[in-house]
Amino acid sequence: MVESLKRTPLYDVHVAAGARVIDFGGWEMPVQYTGILEEHRAVRQAAGLFDLCHMGEFRVTGPQALDFVQMMTTNDAGALEAGQVQYSMFCGPDGGIVDDILVYREKDGFFLVVNASNTAKDFQWLEEHLAKSSMAGGVKLANLSDDYALIAIQGPRAAEILQKLTPTGLSALGYYHFTEEKVHNIPAIIARTGYTGEDGFEIYITPAQAAALWHRFMEAGQPYGLLPIGLGARDTLRLEMKYTLYGNDIGEDTTPLEAGIGWAVKLDKGDFIGRDALLKQKAEGVKRKLVGFKMTERGIPRSHYPIQVNGRTIGHVTSGSMSPTLGENIGLGYVEAGYAPVGTRIAVEIRGKGAGAQVVRTPFVESHIKK
Amino acid sequence: MNFPKDLKYTKEHEWVKVNGKEAAVGVTDHAQHELGDVVFVEVPEEGGEFSRGEGFAVIESVKAVSDVYAPVSGKVIRINEALADSPELINTDPYGQAWIAVFELSNLKELDDLMTADEYKKFLEEGEGE
Repeated sequence: MVESLKRTPLYDVHVAAGARVIDFGGWEMPVQYTGILEEHRAVRQAAGLFDLCHMGEFRVTGPQALDFVQMMTTNDAGALEAGQVQYSMFCGPDGGIVDDILVYREKDGFFLVVNASNTAKDFQWLEEHLAKSSMAGGVKLANLSDDYALIAIQGPRAAEILQKLTPTGLSALGYYHFTEEKVHNIPAIIARTGYTGEDGFEIYITPAQAAALWHRFMEAGQPYGLLPIGLGARDTLRLEMKYTLYGNDIGEDTTPLEAGIGWAVKLDKGDFIGRDALLKQKAEGVKRKLVGFKMTERGIPRSHYPIQVNGRTIGHVTSGSMSPTLGENIGLGYVEAGYAPVGTRIAVEIRGKGAGAQVVRTPFVESHIKK
Repeated sequence: MNFPKDLKYTKEHEWVKVNGKEAAVGVTDHAQHELGDVVFVEVPEEGGEFSRGEGFAVIESVKAVSDVYAPVSGKVIRINEALADSPELINTDPYGQAWIAVFELSNLKELDDLMTADEYKKFLEEGEGE
């Protein structure tokens, strides 16, 4: 029997708005509303609203919460003060990426946000390690994925729109910080985070209020050019920033050092799962690296296309698209480390023919996040 | 949705405009709608010969790569070079400026297997076009 697809509390809202819905990691999600290019432009120039209710949320509390989070994640959760958010990862003992996550430091513990399709795997990963550890008595672990809806508003006008709905002064909320406040009179966690390279916010509320908040946002944002954004534009927006996508650019067979996200690995923070393997890889040097490239000849690079130099395959594409902002064809891919320097000429095999490309500096498009 | 009467159609959502032994080929309004924003078109080379059902062109939207199949057998005698710089014509004018190639037909009998506008419309309404 086919397992039925899950729906977010906003499913009916999307269908009523004419969205095209696809299966995304077991969820029925909108891939586009009016069109990917128009939605992409709206986020870069005005603002866009995203349904991220499928993301997973866990909470870790108890006297040994910090010790447990430190053991399970690569970044230094001990450096966080209450109200701060941190990009981090779960790694396996071999250094492969189990998931990339956000760690929220709350007064009494940690709030972890994980990729939707990894929610069950991640929670099991945490439970098993907790049970095996000496910390089982001092840590409470809860999967709250069904208790939170998540709506993101991103773009240069996002702060103005959200400010109309909340009493909290958003100018005081820094990048990768969060606060608990009401939005449209609904209790919420408001974080200044995102996956687009624009200023913006991610807002956690109870699922029962998700549709009401969505409609209120669309109403308040209408004069600013706010559009609902599907997964299609979400992908092109993040690709222009070289933000990695789990399952495409990173996974259990890639390490943070190979993927260029070693800045979120703190090898000197103390022991954590994967540390030994990553220390060794760092000492030996990585054999392949994730690079950004632009096509210099006609063709759009797509996931799994071979990357070649002089007819020899030296890597493969992990993400690729036409960049709506640049009007050029761009991609990410792993290449042998010797071919990773900016400026290196490579070729992407597209339908049996090599098309020229060049490794470029990333992000492809200038970021506008408010540091 | 638009279904010009003077065209013939395939189940793969191509249209054919016959002129004697020549036929211009493109994709339908339904096809462009399903594809979404088209950002790349690869047209065949002039002189290329294709059998009915063989992929002769490629259309890429932001998210997907789709083959376009030859609705009839024949030799490509003209290609639409405008699509290289303006792939969005597939979305904006699928039955006009976005013709992909003109074939010299090698088997006129194949035309009998194509659908009329009314048949294609009915085919879509019955949901077989999914």
